[in-house]
Amino acid sequence: MKDFMFIFRGATEVFQLSPEEMQQHMHKWFTWVDELKAKNIYVAGEALTPEGKTVTGAKALVTDGPFAESKELVGGFFVIKANSYEEATEIAKSCPDLPFDGSVEVREVMKFR
Amino acid sequence: MNGSDKVQQLVDHLFRHESGKMIAVLTRIFGTHNLEMVEDVVQEAFFRAMKTWHFEQLPDNPSGWLMQVARNRAIDIIRRQQHFDQYSKEVAYALQEETEQTVEQFFSESEVADSQLRMIFACCHPALKEEDQVALTLKTVSGFGVAEIARALVTNETVIQKRLYRAKQYLKDNKIALEIPAGHELTTRLQIVYTVLYLLFNEGYNSLKSDELIRKDLCAEAMRLAFLLTEHRSGKHPATFALLALMCLQASRFESRMDADNSIILLQHQDRSTWNAALIQQGYYFLNQSSTGDELTIYHLESAIAAEHCMAPTFKDTNWARMLQMYDMLLEQKRTPLVLLNRAIVMAQLNQAVKAIHEIWLIEDIDNLLITQYIFSAVLGDLYWQIGDEHNAGKFLALAYQLTPSLAEKKLIKGKLNMIDHTKMN
Repeated sequence: MKDFMFIFRGATEVFQLSPEEMQQHMHKWFTWVDELKAKNIYVAGEALTPEGKTVTGAKALVTDGPFAESKELVGGFFVIKANSYEEATEIAKSCPDLPFDGSVEVREVMKFR
Repeated sequence: MNGSDKVQQLVDHLFRHESGKMIAVLTRIFGTHNLEMVEDVVQEAFFRAMKTWHFEQLPDNPSGWLMQVARNRAIDIIRRQQHFDQYSKEVAYALQEETEQTVEQFFSESEVADSQLRMIFACCHPALKEEDQVALTLKTVSGFGVAEIARALVTNETVIQKRLYRAKQYLKDNKIALEIPAGHELTTRLQIVYTVLYLLFNEGYNSLKSDELIRKDLCAEAMRLAFLLTEHRSGKHPATFALLALMCLQASRFESRMDADNSIILLQHQDRSTWNAALIQQGYYFLNQSSTGDELTIYHLESAIAAEHCMAPTFKDTNWARMLQMYDMLLEQKRTPLVLLNRAIVMAQLNQAVKAIHEIWLIEDIDNLLITQYIFSAVLGDLYWQIGDEHNAGKFLALAYQLTPSLAEKKLIKGKLNMIDHTKMN
């Protein structure tokens, strides 16, 4: 099995949901993580705060941000186990944020021996 | 703790109820003219919860966690903006001197409850249109989203947005403070609150056009708010308990009112074994609590009538004589066509069908009601049938048949119409 990272972006539409809908949405995430853990393929996951800083270039310039387009803003990541990209992307299709204009970038983690 | 434990720990409607609490407390601190900002802060708190609760453990006290976020954000805003005169007059000075302490006080359990009551009173301000009172209550006190409110009240989002805007503008323009009215004003304000809660409950109970889930939500929410009222010194009146009793007793019949195809079944045809016994017991309890003081309000009478139905094992066993007395008393305060119609039904049960028919014809605007609301022609047709007037029975039952959307009722009416045709042929 290989490790794949899921990079979650966008899904700003979730911010427009009612309290009840947000609770139900959160429920969907819990269930998804549950399912991944039950299959023993959940390795790690974290959420990121929307604020942040960016350090750029040789002069190591520090700016406030990232002020990416909301679609691009990274909200968090998972690391999961799968045998191939086909498998990994299939798993990513269950991400609850997708219907809310979210996206999942699937990247294989490089392993060096 | 594995993931599935987390899922079970979140109480139903936690976010919705917490929304109401947070909005109440923050509006108390920042003033009603800052309601929009308050709503944004609350939305942020939920957003933060959604992000961090995904990936970490659930907090031991989800409710406390949310309130903590709201509290910290409030302190943050105050410190950053420094324009203390912008906020609620009640706290402006204290906020300037002792920000954290002042804010902290508002987040105590008793103050939170107090703020919620004040919020309900503000939403039910007499200057606001009733429909705006209802919308604002559902949004700010009950934590419903605009789309949810539109679905519940069977209208569109734009209409709801307008009502909310109007209400918020009024509060802003008139610098309405979040307070508990005193003396006579409290009495009149409570009447408005009762009316709004009664309206909410009826929307959930009687509206056939919205889906079952949202209707149940509305009834449950009306009951929750009525209960909240009873927990507070200023809301703990006999009439509040009576209103709550009425809601419990009616809600007990929620399941049995609907047929499988989502059509209504009249009281006399309901399967009483499906009435919710626990809710009935709660209703009796609150009815008991309401029998103090010297006022017999419409809620006392309506809940007593509802109790009579719940107490009877079958429709025929109902204490009609006692019920008629209560309807007579109710009429003195609430003379509406529906109350008059229900009273006529009771009279017919006491073998006064002829008199009952006469009383129905005396109802104001009855000619219009008979051709627009099936219940009137259904009852009238039934009464004519009882006294053997087949011509009129057939006429009004046929009219009711056309008007009712209920397949269950259509079937029953059809059965009666067939019997009339049958006897006509013999």
